[in-house]
Amino acid sequence: MSSGSQEKSKQSKLILTTGNYACAEGAIAVGCRFFGGYPITPSSEIAHYMSRRLPQVDGTFVQFEDELASIVAVVGASYTGAKAMTATSGPGLSLMAETIGLGFILEAPMVIITVMRGGPSTGQPTKASQSDVMQTRYLSHGDYEMIVLAPASVQECYDFTIRAFNLAEKYRTPVIVATDGIVGQMMEPVRYHSNFDVINRKGPQVPPEDYQPFEIIDEDLVPGMATAGSDYNFYVTGLTHDVTGSPDMTPEGAIKLITRLCDKVRRGRPEINDWEENHLDDAETVILSYGINSRGTPEAVERARQKGYKVGSVRLKSLWPFPEELMEKLGKIGIKKLIVSEMNYGQVIREVERFRHLGFEVSGMLVPTTIPFSPGFIYENIIKEMQK
Amino acid sequence: MTVSNDVSLPDDYPEDHPLHGRLNLNRFIFCAGCLIGTAITAITSCLVERGLTPKDYAIVSGIGCTGRSSGCFKAPAFHATHGRAIPFASGLKLANPDLEVFVLSGDGDLFAIGGNHFIHACRRNIEINVLCNNNGIYGMTGGQCAPTTSIGDFTSTSPYGNIEPPFNLVSLAAAAGASYVARWPGYDVLRLKGSIMAAMDNPGFSFIEVLAPCFTQYGRKNNLGDAVKMLEWLRKQVVIEKNCPPHDAEYSHKNGRIVCGEFVNSPREGFTQKIKQLRETAQKKR
Repeated sequence: MSSGSQEKSKQSKLILTTGNYACAEGAIAVGCRFFGGYPITPSSEIAHYMSRRLPQVDGTFVQFEDELASIVAVVGASYTGAKAMTATSGPGLSLMAETIGLGFILEAPMVIITVMRGGPSTGQPTKASQSDVMQTRYLSHGDYEMIVLAPASVQECYDFTIRAFNLAEKYRTPVIVATDGIVGQMMEPVRYHSNFDVINRKGPQVPPEDYQPFEIIDEDLVPGMATAGSDYNFYVTGLTHDVTGSPDMTPEGAIKLITRLCDKVRRGRPEINDWEENHLDDAETVILSYGINSRGTPEAVERARQKGYKVGSVRLKSLWPFPEELMEKLGKIGIKKLIVSEMNYGQVIREVERFRHLGFEVSGMLVPTTIPFSPGFIYENIIKEMQK
Repeated sequence: MTVSNDVSLPDDYPEDHPLHGRLNLNRFIFCAGCLIGTAITAITSCLVERGLTPKDYAIVSGIGCTGRSSGCFKAPAFHATHGRAIPFASGLKLANPDLEVFVLSGDGDLFAIGGNHFIHACRRNIEINVLCNNNGIYGMTGGQCAPTTSIGDFTSTSPYGNIEPPFNLVSLAAAAGASYVARWPGYDVLRLKGSIMAAMDNPGFSFIEVLAPCFTQYGRKNNLGDAVKMLEWLRKQVVIEKNCPPHDAEYSHKNGRIVCGEFVNSPREGFTQKIKQLRETAQKKR
C-alpha cells in the first residue's frame, strides 16, 4: 500500500511483493475500478489488496456472498462501462462457469484471475497446481472461445493482468489470468511501471436512434458497446439473439451469432498468442512448458546442451486460444520431438497431440504434483527421452 | 402459435416511453390473462410519471416467465442467468449509483436458485427495487414445485401433493433486513404503483411481492380454473391490512387468507452511500 508520492517513484523502483498483489496493482494501473469477490485460498490476497486500494482511487470493492454473485456483479458493473474483475481459485472458478458463458454471449469485457491450487474438489488449497488449465478453457457450456494468459513470475502477474484488461476491452470478452498458488504467493522484485497502452472498449458507432447492440460495423467483428446510464436503449439476453438483441431461436440465428463470437477471438490469435523461444534454431527436441513449471526448464536445457544434446524450449505466455502458429513453426523447423511439461496428469498435451501430423512426436512430463519440476528432474527426463 | 418478430402489437406510446416499439409477440410472450403484464405496466407508468428516461434506469430479470419481462423494456434491460438478477443489478448499481435499478423476476428465480443473493442484498440494503411476481410454481419450465408452492398442492414434481412448506416472502425479506417490504395482488395496480413509487423513494433495498396466479400451470393442476376464476379465487383470500407487522403477514392459501399491504417502510442509509463514505475514510488515511 503506498501514498501518492510513493506511487510515482514506484514506476522506476523495484519493489518486493507477491504475485497476487502484483495482479491487483496491475488491474488498478490499467483502470479497473470494480472488484467483486469471495475469499478462497490461495487467491484471497488479491481481494485483501483490492479492499484497501480500490476505495483510495474511487473504486468499488464488494465481498459477495459467493462466487456466483461475484462474477455476475462483474458483468453488471462492466455494462455500466467500468473495468471490472474478480479473483478466485479452482473450486470458485467452477461456480463461475455459467457466468463465463453469460459474459461471452453478452460480450462483456471482464477479467478473472484464477490462482490454481490442487484439485479436484477441495484438493490442496494451500498448494500450487496446473490442473485447471482445461477448466479455464472449457468451464462453461456451449461453443465459445476463451483468452487465457499464464504468468510465470510476479512481474508477469502485473504485466499480464494489464494485458488481460486490454484484451478484454478490445475483444469484448472475458479474459482469464491463470496463475497458481506459488506465483500468487511468492515474493519477487517487480516494477510497477506505466509503460503500457490502455485499451478502452469501442462505444456505440451510431446515434442512439440507430443503435443495435450487436450490429457489426467493423471487420474485427466487435460491436460497439452501449452502457446503462447513457442515452442508448438496449436489451441484452443470455438467449441466442440477433443484432437487435432480441431472442432468435432459429438455427440460422444460432449459426450467425456463435460463429461471429468465436471467430472474433480466433481471428485475434496472432495478436493474442504470446510465447518465449529458447534455442529453437538447432533444436531436435523441444520442451513446452508454461507458468510456474516453466521456471526450471532453461537450466535443464542448458545442462543438456552442454552434454551435446540438441534441446530447445518454448514457454507459453498465453494458453488459449491455443497457439497453433507455434505448432506450425515447430513443424517447419523440423523438430523431432515435443515434450510437454506440466504440473498435472496431462492437459495441454492433449491439445499438442492434435498437431502430430506436423511431423513431430509428442511425449509428456505429466505429474499431478503441487511443486514445480526441478531442473534436475527435467534434465533427467530430457536425457531419457533423447536416448529412446 | 408461430412467434415472429414481424407480428407487432399496436404501439402508440411516445418514443421515450419504456415500452415504445417493444410490444411485439417475440418479446411479449406471456399467457393471455397473466398478471406479469400489469407488473410491467405498473413499473413503466411509475417511470413515466417520474419523468425518468432510459439513461436514468436499468431493468434486470432472471430466467422464467417473469424473467422474460426485461425484454419488454426499451431501456438498458438485462436478461441475466437463472437466479442471478439481483447480483447483476447490484453490479450495475454499485458501478453507477445514479441508476434507478429494478429487478423484476419470479419466485423460483429469486427464492430458490437465487435465494442466497436475495437475503444478502436485503442485509446490505443495496438501493435496488426488487419486484417478485409470485405465482407459486415454475411456469415456463413446465409447472414444477417452487419454494412458494402451498403444502398439498399438485405440480409436475409433486404429483402426490407438495410436502414442503412455502416461504412467506414478506417475513423473509423483513427478517433479512429489507428496508421497504410490501405485498399486493397483481390486479391491484393502483396500490402496486403506490408501492413502486415508495420503493423508488426508499434509499435502500425495496421488496414488493406481486401475487400473480398461474392459471396455465397452477390452475390446471389444482382445478382452480381459468385466468378469471383464479383471480376471483385470489381476491377472496386477499386481506389488506394497515400497520401489520411483517411477521404477522399471513400467506396461506389453505387458510384462505393472504395479508397484503405495506409491512416495512423504515429507510436507512443504503449500501452505495456507505461505499462513498468508505472511500472518504480510505482517502483520508492515505
